[in-house]
Amino acid sequence: MRHLPVEPPPFFHRGPSPLTRLAVFALLSLALLFTDTRYRYLENIRRVAAIVLYPMQRIVQMPGGALAYVGTYFSSQRTLADDNAALQAQLLSQAPLVQGYPAVEKENARLRGLMKLETRIPVDATAAEVLYSSRDPFTQKIFVDKGEAAGVQAGRAVIDSVGVVGQVTRVYPYMSEVTLVTDKDHAVPVKVERSGVRTVMYGAGAARPPELRYLSPSVEIEPGDLLVTSGIDGTYPAGLAVAQVVSVERETGLSFAHVTCKALAGIDNSAQVLILGSTASVPPRPDEPSDPAAPRKGRGRRKG
Amino acid sequence: MPPFVAARPEEILLPVRPWFIVLTLLVGLVANTLPMSGMALTLKPDFLALVLLYWCIQEPRLIGVGVAWCLGLMMDVVDATVFGQHALAYAVLAYGAGYFRRRVLRFPLWQQAAQVAVLLLLSSGLVLVVRIAGGAPPPRWTYAVGSLTGALLWPLVTVLLQWPQRPQRSPSER
Repeated sequence: MRHLPVEPPPFFHRGPSPLTRLAVFALLSLALLFTDTRYRYLENIRRVAAIVLYPMQRIVQMPGGALAYVGTYFSSQRTLADDNAALQAQLLSQAPLVQGYPAVEKENARLRGLMKLETRIPVDATAAEVLYSSRDPFTQKIFVDKGEAAGVQAGRAVIDSVGVVGQVTRVYPYMSEVTLVTDKDHAVPVKVERSGVRTVMYGAGAARPPELRYLSPSVEIEPGDLLVTSGIDGTYPAGLAVAQVVSVERETGLSFAHVTCKALAGIDNSAQVLILGSTASVPPRPDEPSDPAAPRKGRGRRKG
Repeated sequence: MPPFVAARPEEILLPVRPWFIVLTLLVGLVANTLPMSGMALTLKPDFLALVLLYWCIQEPRLIGVGVAWCLGLMMDVVDATVFGQHALAYAVLAYGAGYFRRRVLRFPLWQQAAQVAVLLLLSSGLVLVVRIAGGAPPPRWTYAVGSLTGALLWPLVTVLLQWPQRPQRSPSER
């Protein structure tokens, strides 16, 4: 027969009261929250912990993967045939574009050469699978299964078959974190495909649609317009589809139009994504202006 | 004795083995990292918080605010959230559990679940306040759903975790 413990274990015998303990740990958490949001000092700790936890996460994901594999094995011939037909039709419909592309590419290169414009760098890409989406309801992030080992770097653009998904923000050895275009204050430089108006699309979190800020009410933009990347930031290559304009409100009382959009890519449900290689050829930053008076004056004032 | 019924308050349980606590907490952590998206992600409760809450109520001498805080830090890493978010939530949860434990145990399981729901909602509400004060955008309205499904799972968690501690009755007693 077991004996009931007669005295409490010495560990918690004379500790501080629960309320004191809670206060200490709550303050510690608040300090951590503050440091992490403001200074991002803790990236290294996060890296080490992520490496330790990685094998565990992969083991957890194994049963799901195996189940999905077995599921595809039993998918009916009917579905496969339908899929096949749909893909054939898609291929055929894109054939004229694809066949014409090399000729256009060559012509474009020649014209650019004539005009002494920078040639467009062909972009290499890495296919990656989406592992899971972040459980943090305040941010919009997904995790993909390619990391440092596959040559992924932070800042790479990520797309799926429809449009831009987001941007790689953290790279671990075997996976990386992608911040979606709908994340709050994630900015994508875009232009309206129809009219060529350049602007920046800002994400607004999960609950609200992305928006275009600081557009004058007279700007040429309509609901249904396609927004494509303008390529001027050096992160996203030019010409990738990003979003579609949903609503344009032009109120005479306001100095800016209120434009909301809808991201095109299957933000919440795409299973495969493409991590684009570096777009390279970003021109070096311009030299500091030779006249030191003008810019420094402004900076000094802000500091003081 | 029907197998899937929780112990009555007057029933004396066998002493818990520490490795079992560690194992269940680990299982909770791993369950939280299950890859999910869409509807499942909305409904998914915080498994680790549930297991933690159970041990805070049952074994307050072994599992308290400190352990909860450390587990919260681990969860922050796994979720790539801001450092301290889960730590704060779990520390508050552990304190709440310690405060209410004597009362909670007196109730039948489904009434316990209601109190657990309040605790879970409180801790997630605190996180909401802190994060929004830190400049995060408001989440979807489904933010609270996870806490409620967690509370619904409470009876199941209790029965499962109590299972190894139920004394084996001799056949004559049945």
